[in-house]
Formats: sequence, structure tokens, C-alpha cells
Amino acid sequence: MFRTALRNVLAHKARLLMTVLAVVLGVAFVSGTLVFTSTVSDAFRKSSQKGFAGIDVAVRPHKGSGSQAAPGEAPRLPQSLLDRVGTAPGVASATGSVSGFAAVPHKDGTFSTRGASSTGANYYPGADGKDARYPLKSGRAPRAADEVALDAKIAERGGYKVGDTVRMSVDGPVLRQKLTGVFTTDDGNVSAGGTLALFDTATAQKLYGKPGAFDEIELKAAAGTSQAALKAAVEKVLPKDTEATTGKQLAKEQADATAKTMDGMRTGMLVFAGIALFVGTFIIANTFTMLIAQRTKELALLRAVGATRRQVTRSVLIEALLVGSVASVIGLLAGIGIGAAMRPLMESFGSVIPDGPLVVSGSTVITALVVGTVVTTLAAWLPGRRAAKIPPVAAMNSVHATATAKSLVVRNVIGGLLAAGGAAVAAGASSESALGLGAFLLVVGVFVLTPLLSRPLIAAVGPVLRAFGMPGRLAQQNAVRNPRRTAATASALMVGLTLITAITVIAGSVQKAIDKMAADAIKADYVVVMANMNALSPDVAGKLAAHPKVTSSSPLREAPVRVDGEDDSLTGVDGRTIGGLVKVGFSAGSFAGLTGDKAVVDEKTAKSHGWKNGSSFAVAYPDGTNGRLTVAGVYKGNQMFQGIMVDNATVTPHMPQVDDRQVMVKVKGGASSANKESLREALGDNPAIQVQSKDDISREIAKVVSLMLNILYGLLAMAVLVAVLGVVNTLAMSVAERRREIGMLRAIGLDRGEIKRMVRLESLVISLFGGVLGVGLGVFFGWAAGEQIGASMATYELVLPWGSLAVFLLLSGLVGVLAALWPARRAARMNMLVAIKAD
Amino acid sequence: MTTGSFGVPTAVRGSSTAVAARATDLSKVYGEGETQVVALDAVSVDFHRAEFTAIMGPSGSGKSTLMHCMAGLDTVSGGSARIGDVELTGLNDKNLTRLRRDKIGFIFQAFNLLPTLTALENITLPMDIAGRKPDRQWLDMVVETVGLSGRLKHRPNQLSGGQQQRVAVARALAGRPEIMFADEPTGNLDSRSGAEVLGFLRESVRQLGQTVVMVTHDPVAASYAHRVVFLADGRIVDDMREPTADAVLDRMKRFDAKGRTS
Repeated sequence: MFRTALRNVLAHKARLLMTVLAVVLGVAFVSGTLVFTSTVSDAFRKSSQKGFAGIDVAVRPHKGSGSQAAPGEAPRLPQSLLDRVGTAPGVASATGSVSGFAAVPHKDGTFSTRGASSTGANYYPGADGKDARYPLKSGRAPRAADEVALDAKIAERGGYKVGDTVRMSVDGPVLRQKLTGVFTTDDGNVSAGGTLALFDTATAQKLYGKPGAFDEIELKAAAGTSQAALKAAVEKVLPKDTEATTGKQLAKEQADATAKTMDGMRTGMLVFAGIALFVGTFIIANTFTMLIAQRTKELALLRAVGATRRQVTRSVLIEALLVGSVASVIGLLAGIGIGAAMRPLMESFGSVIPDGPLVVSGSTVITALVVGTVVTTLAAWLPGRRAAKIPPVAAMNSVHATATAKSLVVRNVIGGLLAAGGAAVAAGASSESALGLGAFLLVVGVFVLTPLLSRPLIAAVGPVLRAFGMPGRLAQQNAVRNPRRTAATASALMVGLTLITAITVIAGSVQKAIDKMAADAIKADYVVVMANMNALSPDVAGKLAAHPKVTSSSPLREAPVRVDGEDDSLTGVDGRTIGGLVKVGFSAGSFAGLTGDKAVVDEKTAKSHGWKNGSSFAVAYPDGTNGRLTVAGVYKGNQMFQGIMVDNATVTPHMPQVDDRQVMVKVKGGASSANKESLREALGDNPAIQVQSKDDISREIAKVVSLMLNILYGLLAMAVLVAVLGVVNTLAMSVAERRREIGMLRAIGLDRGEIKRMVRLESLVISLFGGVLGVGLGVFFGWAAGEQIGASMATYELVLPWGSLAVFLLLSGLVGVLAALWPARRAARMNMLVAIKAD
Repeated sequence: MTTGSFGVPTAVRGSSTAVAARATDLSKVYGEGETQVVALDAVSVDFHRAEFTAIMGPSGSGKSTLMHCMAGLDTVSGGSARIGDVELTGLNDKNLTRLRRDKIGFIFQAFNLLPTLTALENITLPMDIAGRKPDRQWLDMVVETVGLSGRLKHRPNQLSGGQQQRVAVARALAGRPEIMFADEPTGNLDSRSGAEVLGFLRESVRQLGQTVVMVTHDPVAASYAHRVVFLADGRIVDDMREPTADAVLDRMKRFDAKGRTS
């Protein structure tokens, strides 16, 4: 049986080409993802190990579960602790470190974080006056409040030389620091494309609001002391709410964090690879169905001379296994190539990946090969079973049994039930899992129903096709000639288009909802925030309030507190102005009189605590004091404004460090470019601070949404590409099967151009059929998912992006035209005399 | 099938000596150099209007090639092939296609019907391709002549082989071609169905004034023709008028004898 299978595969090389390509693409996607993610993981792991090489034990604040400390941050590590730990047995050196956000724009004023973190820290000179973590490449260490050192990479990117003035920002106000030195570092963030700026210790402590204290104490062990021994020794002198961790453990923690990120990315990409493979199964099934139909007599002969049904099925499966193995090997090699090519590609987009070798692990190889062969074999399983049903007598008959009407009836009933059930579940879904189940049932139902749907839907375009004369009419009839094949081909395209349409509908609707929410909820002309959503210094709010154009303003600051014994947070606002800057619907009370011990709470919070207007509750502030607040208003929260709001005068005194999330500003004359410029100027033209009007916010949201959509489109493009191969495959099969007909048509008067048109139109019809189904289903899923989103987002309403939907349909038409290029050419080039006599 | 049902004036065979198709020194050579095969060697022959001509000859004699070249299905290596007064050599593919569509009717051995079309749609296919309206009266008559009136809505797979070939005959006739070419039209039929089809071809010449050229290797089929042209080794070796099956068979046996002795 193996020999028969091998011979068959070799005999049908050309016919199997598209099938092999489809599997190759899917497997390449899978293995490319695996190779790339493990390469990046490995590179980050190595770089973080290097970054922690200089640390044997780190001491960090740690709030135990039974901590009696005030809400908010854990206690810091004072200088006295550093001194004490430094004298513990086995400690060679102790370094205190304090760090936070530090935006370092390029010299030309542009600021880009490249998605990695912009960090500022302290230069901690050891006994020799040097900080071993940051060897200086040029210049000297920062010593004064207006000095800074930069890592070599940002110095180069930003165009800074020692002696230059660096305009930078930590929490809002512009700092003009003199660049005294450029250093190199193994810091993981810097290897990952982040930036690092170093201040002298006192300056860093002041900038990060921790005078005289550190975030972390790093210890180096004396020769002969192990990390574990050092840790044990240090732990003896540590106060509560601090903990010691070995350098090995730290490296592992960071590597684990990186691995977790990469795992998320890998899973995400594998989902799309899975979709591409799934689409590929339609092509595989189509091809094997056709190969078996062509070989009916041969298979019947095998049965007649004594092969069992199982042997016939097995011979088909062995063929599939051979095809799958070959395709998997090619796909794996292509995937390794993709994995290797991804690094320069990502780097050209601005991502920085630490250096490291290409990692092709054994599990990658095995996964790729197994996935490819299993998918191919599974897809060929149904055709294989059908092959086994060919009766031995078919070897004698000239007419073989084709798909009967009866089997389609059963199929249609099942499909109808699945689709109707799925649609009902999806439409009435109250949870994500119910929606998922409904969507799955509906899609499967539609797959099963497509042969039935193909006739009426394709007949509907009949009048248009008739305009193309006889080639159009023939194309229409040819398209519905083999409903199963047409259905499988269209379904393959449908999968990709359904997803593309659904995400487009959802993204468009969500964007509109957020837009509307921002427009509805914000009365202010401008919202001022720090880049990367970091904290703003209260200076910024002060400067804005003092600006002559500003009529009213309010900072929004967050204070960690405990409410009724549970961790929560208060949003501090300016009680007098907030009512003019923010619009939320009150079901009781209002912003008026938001002073002293008054608070307004959103409905959700009120409900969970059982508060009503006038209720009072206990608050534990971050400075350790306790107080009581009274509910003066209950408002409808949304994604932008929620939780408990109090007057800043009430909460600020209790905050050891004041960080503003944003500042809302209303100006004379409303938002205009002149006003915006004037505000920016007042803030020192700081590139790290964003002054956003409502339009800016809309644009920002649109940018994020379209970026996300483009990434998803890119990932789904593979599924569409595989579907295109499917259309090519189907047409090539049809042309080959209809050689005699095409020859006859040529003889009695269709010229080459008309033959081409006939094939092209058939392709167009099949592709558009898939396109219409996909766009239709996609809109339905977009709507169903929107019902869920709408439940938690009041401003959500379904927005149908008609322009995009039209583009998707055009795209499916284009797929049809492109896919027909080669088959149409083949049909037109056919030798008429040979074709007429072909059997 | 009664001749009385034919409502058009009958063209009397022989009253017109006009030529429907003419080959002059027609040559067809396949391949090059060592592997060169001469399929037609300067063949000159006229096919007269309103006449039923059979082309016979042993396998490889070039009889199918002659038909393919005359019908514009294959290119010519040398000489001239004309349909009416149109010279085929030098026509490009588009013009050849148009000529086949408008002036020539075809009947193939393997019926070659479109399975997606009904019998009637198959019959009017060449006119539909051309975008011409069929002549209703003529069409009705053709359909009745071949005895398909009750089966026009059937699809090919619902018809017997004989019926399918009758649809093919009707398709060839429907466009009132200048000339019809039939390539072994009875090759896939039993003798009764074959006789029917041959009868229709003959009637179409006698009653409708059509011109038919048929390639066959069956002496009985050839005996339905008015004239038999014999080919051997790419040349015309004989031309027989008013043939009988026996006479044709005798002539063919001489080829065999020659084949054995040489």
C-alpha cells in the first residue's frame, strides 16, 4: 500500500503543489514564531543575567501580608540601613540605588521611548570613587544637582557630547543638566532599547521624592562568601518590611518576566498561525477529494482485487502523510529563515533586541513537523473515508457514484441547526464564553451550509454575469457545479475575512465609543499628561493654574488609601473647579460643595459598599493617619472617571509624595493652536509633557486603534494568502477536469480571451461568495461582541465602517482575479485537439 | 422521420457545383529533422456544397489531420485551405475562432456536450456564444428532424449516448453552417443509434442542403455518404462516388493487403 501511495504522490506532483504550499505557509508561520520568540527570550535571559552579574544580594522593601504599615508604598531604605548592612559579615561593598522615570529627548527635541523604559537613577561612587555598575566611557561622574551622565546608546542616538546641556524631565518641569559623562552598562533595560540617565545620589533622591533613602541596596559578597550565605547574614540585620534576594534569584525573576511577555506574544502569534493552518485544511481536503474522484476506477479496482476498505483509507492517509511531511520540512526551513529575518525587521522598526544566537530548539522542530503532518493527515481523513466507500463494482462502470443529493440534505439539516443555534446563542450571549461558543457553532454551521448557500447566492449575481455574455453564463454554472468544492474554497476565504471584518467593526465601534466618552466627559479644553503616563510634579498644576490664559484647572492625583479596611485609592481633584472641567451624570448630589470631608463616589463603588448620599466611611491615609469622609454625591462612572473623588485640600496633606496623573485645564477662547503653544511654553516646551485637546485625544486613540488593526491585519494576511492558494488550486483542478469541454468550446467558437474570461469570472464569483459570507459573518460577530462591550461601556454603539466593508469585498474580488491568472492562462493555452479527445 | 415535415425548399444535390471547402497542395508536417512526420503531403481536394463526403483511410493516413486543417482546428504547414472563399492560412486565432463559430458545425466522437446546460441550451450554444438569435423556425425543424422535441429540457447525463449525439448533430446544424465536420460521429454508439445519426446527417444534406464532411473508418458509415475520399500516407489515393459498404470494404482491404505486402 505504501508503494501505491508513494507512486500516487509522485504522479500528482503538480496537482499537489498548492496543497504543499498551503501547508508550508502554515508550518513556516508556526516555526517562525517559535524560532523568533525563543531567540528573543534567550537573548533577554542572557542579557539580564549579565545585568545582575554585579549583584550578589539585593535588599528591597517588602510589605508582608500582615503589615501594619500605612497604605501606599512600602517603607524606603534609609542611609542608616545601608550603613548597617554594609558592615554585615561577608559584605564586600554596599551600593544604594534609587530610580524612577527620566525622559531624555534627543538633542533636536524629539522624544521617543521606543516602547522601552526611560529610567533615571543615581551614580553611587564606591570606596574608589567609582560605581562599578556604570563604567565611564568618557567624562566623569555627575557630582552636582545640575549634572547628569547618560548611557552611551542614548548619548549617541540623541547626539549628545560631554559638556552639552541636556533638557530632560523627570516629572514635568524641564531640567537643564550638564552632561558630565557617558557610561556603558549591562542594564537589561538599556539592552532592550531603554535609556538610562544618572544623577548624583542626593539629586536622584530628591528628584524621586525619597530624600536620604534608597529603593534598593545592592551588596557584593567578599571573596569566599556565597550568595546564600551572604543573604543569611544580611537577613539577621534587616528590619521588618524589607527582604533580601540573591542576584541569581533576581536574574531568574527578570528572565521569567521576559519569558512571560514572550509567552504572551508567542501564544498570540500561534493563534494566527493556527488560523492559517485551519484555512489550509480546506485546500488539503479539496485536493484529496479531487484526486480520489479522479481515481475512482483505480480505487475500485483495488477493492475488486481484494483490498479492504481500511486499506483504501490507509493508502489515502499515507499519501497525505507523505505530502504533509515534505511540506512540513520545507515549512520548518522557511520558518527558521523567517525567524532569522525577524530581528533585522524588528530593529528597522525601532525595537532593540539584545544580541544572541538564533535558537532553533528541538521542541520547535518537533512541533513544526508534527503540526504539519497531523494537519494534512487529518484534513485528508474525510476524503479518505469517502474513498473507502467506493464499491468494487465502480471499476466496471463508466459512470461512478458522485455526491448524492441525499447526503446534502442531511448536511443541510445539520448545518441549519448548528448555524441557527450558534446565532441564537451568540446574539443572546451574556458572557464571553457564551459568545465564543455561539460564534464557534455559527461558523461551523455556515461551513456545513455553504454548499447549499452557494446556489442562491451565486444565482443572485447571475444577471451581472450575463452581461459578460456566454463566458459569464458558463462561469456561473461552473461555479455551482461542484457545490462542495466551491463551498470549501469560499469557506477558506471566509475565515480570514470574517475575522478581519469583525475586528474592524469592533475596533471602529470602540474607538467611536471612547471618542464619544472623552467628548462627553471632558469639559476642559486641555488635558496635560506626562509621556508614558508617568506621574507629573505638582509644579505643573501650579504653573498651569498661574497661567494668565487659564480660567480654571484641576489636577487629578491619586492617593493610595484603605477604605473600610480594604486597599483602595482616592482621586484628589480641585473641588471648586472640577465641576466645570469634568462632566459626569449624578444620580444624587453633585460636585458642588466638594470640600473638607465630602467625597463623591461612582455608582459601582457606592453599591459595593452599600453607600447612599450622606453615608460616611473611614479612610486610612498613606501617612498613617485616619479620617472619615461623607458621601456628597453619587455619579455614573466611566472608563475615564471612576472611584472616590475628594478635594485636594483634604487629601494632599496626607500624601508623602504628591504625584499628579493629569491636569485638566480650561482656557480663555477655548482650544486653539495658539493657546496650546502658550501652555507648552509655560511648561518649558518640555517634549515629555503632552498638552492634549479633545481632538488630540481622539487622534491619539485613532492612532492606537489603527496600529493595532494593522498588526492584526498583518497577522491575518497569512490566512488570506493561504485562501488565495485555495482558489488557485480549485480553479486549476476545475480547468484540468474540464479539458474536454474547454476544447469543445474552443472548437465551436469561444476564443482564447473568452475562455480566460470564463475562468476568471468563475474565480471572481467563488471569491466574492466567500467574501460576502465573511463580511456578513464578521458584521454579525462585530455586533454580538459589541453587545458585550456595550454592557460595560455606556457610549458604545455599533458603527459599521461601510468604506472598509466595501474595501474587503473589493479585496475578495481582487483575490479572485489574481488567483485566476495562472489557471486562466493554462485553460486558454490548452491544445484544442488534444483536449477534445481527453478523457 | 418523414421528409414531409421539412418545410424548406430542398436543394437538389448536384445542381450546384459550388465548392464549400477546398484544399490546394495542403501539407501538414509534425516535428523537425529526424523526427519529422509528414501527415499531409500536398493534398488537393474539393468538398462540394450540399454533398455528404466521407474521408477514409487506414490509421495514420492523415484523414483526421485533413479534417482538422480544413476545419481551422489545426494550423497548416503549406498550401491552402479554404472555407467558401475564405483562406484559412494566415488567419489569426481570433479570426479562426470566429470562422469556426459562424461558418462551421462540429460533431465529435465523444459527443462533447456541456453537462451544465440543457439539451436546448447545448444546441444553441454556438449562437449564444456569437450573441446571435437563433432562427426559431429553422431551430424547430432541426430539433424535430433529430427527434429531440420531448427532451429539450434534459441535461446530457439524462440522455442516452445516441440522444446525446443527436443533440450534437442539432448543435452543428442549428447555426446553418456553410459546412459541417464530423469526426467519427458513430464511434461511441451502438449500430442502431449510429445508423440514426448517419441518417440525420444524410437527411440534412438531402433536405436542408447542408454540406457534411465526415471522417470514419467504418465502411457502413461511409456508405451513407455520396462520395468517399480515400487517404493513405498523407495523399489522396482514391475517390469513390455513390459508395456501398461492400465497395468501400473492398477498397479498404486493398490497403491492408498493400500494408502486408510492402
